[in-house]
Amino acid sequence: MELDRIENLLEKYFEGETSIAEEKELKVYFSSGDVAQHLEQYKAIFGYFSEAKEQKFGQKVPLKTTKRNVAWLSIAASVVVLLGMFTFYNYNMNQNQDLGTYDDPQKAFEETQRALNLLSKNVNVGVQSMEYVNEYQESKELIFKN
Amino acid sequence: MNQLEFVNLTNPFKDKLFRLAKRLLVSTEEAEDATQEVLVKLWDKKQGLDKYNNVEAFAMTMTKNYCLDQLKSKRASNLQIVHNNFTDRTPLMQQQLEDSDSLSWVEKIINELPEQQRLIVQFRDVEQYEFEEIAKMMEMNETAVRVALSRARKTIREFMTKTHNYGIG
Repeated sequence: MELDRIENLLEKYFEGETSIAEEKELKVYFSSGDVAQHLEQYKAIFGYFSEAKEQKFGQKVPLKTTKRNVAWLSIAASVVVLLGMFTFYNYNMNQNQDLGTYDDPQKAFEETQRALNLLSKNVNVGVQSMEYVNEYQESKELIFKN
Repeated sequence: MNQLEFVNLTNPFKDKLFRLAKRLLVSTEEAEDATQEVLVKLWDKKQGLDKYNNVEAFAMTMTKNYCLDQLKSKRASNLQIVHNNFTDRTPLMQQQLEDSDSLSWVEKIINELPEQQRLIVQFRDVEQYEFEEIAKMMEMNETAVRVALSRARKTIREFMTKTHNYGIG
């Protein structure tokens, strides 16, 4: 590369008039081994620019998706609650559905009779215990005949 | 936009954001925090990102503004003194002379430039953006960008020539 050209480019460079391509050319020249003695002081400048471009950002950025998470969380929670209520009701319904019916009419008749017997027996027990009230009635009638 | 798409979208320029933040804030930790902050903000805005035809330029502008805000709030607090010490060049020159690594001299000189010039040098000389893009990101016109860039480059040259001559002498 001609030295004249580099000197011209340098002049333009310090006036802020070089293009990106021309600046790249300068960088290449100054990173090469043979830089003219009187241009030595610029070597560090262009060397620094190339070096500075090598710095990397190595950290992980914590990208939070909180908004969406909260939404999904509430949806999931309500689904769980609904499912829970559903199964709970279903379970209760199944329990209530046992109404004690019989398929065989004969058996149903016997069971009904037994139930009615049981009822009447118990009613009779109640009635028997009320017998003595009648005694009162009779004695009362005896006394207050007139 | 899911996380993978977002990472793919931001990967090509996330290093540029970091370098820009570091140019302004100098400290690596602060630059990392700033880059994270900007990327998270970008992620929060992901629904509206399609509106911007150049997400990279948008993110760069965001980083620039964020870092300038950081500097402003820092300057408002007692860190003012630290910054004044930093711009005082006399002790720094001696330090520079002791420093054998000339690349870090360049870094120090650039980091002492006014923020606007620092940004433009970063955009142009490090990241190699076109003037048109720089003008947009800086909210300046192209001529003003060129002038500021030329001024910054000349300042760097002046210091390098000085230190170079000291080195020889």
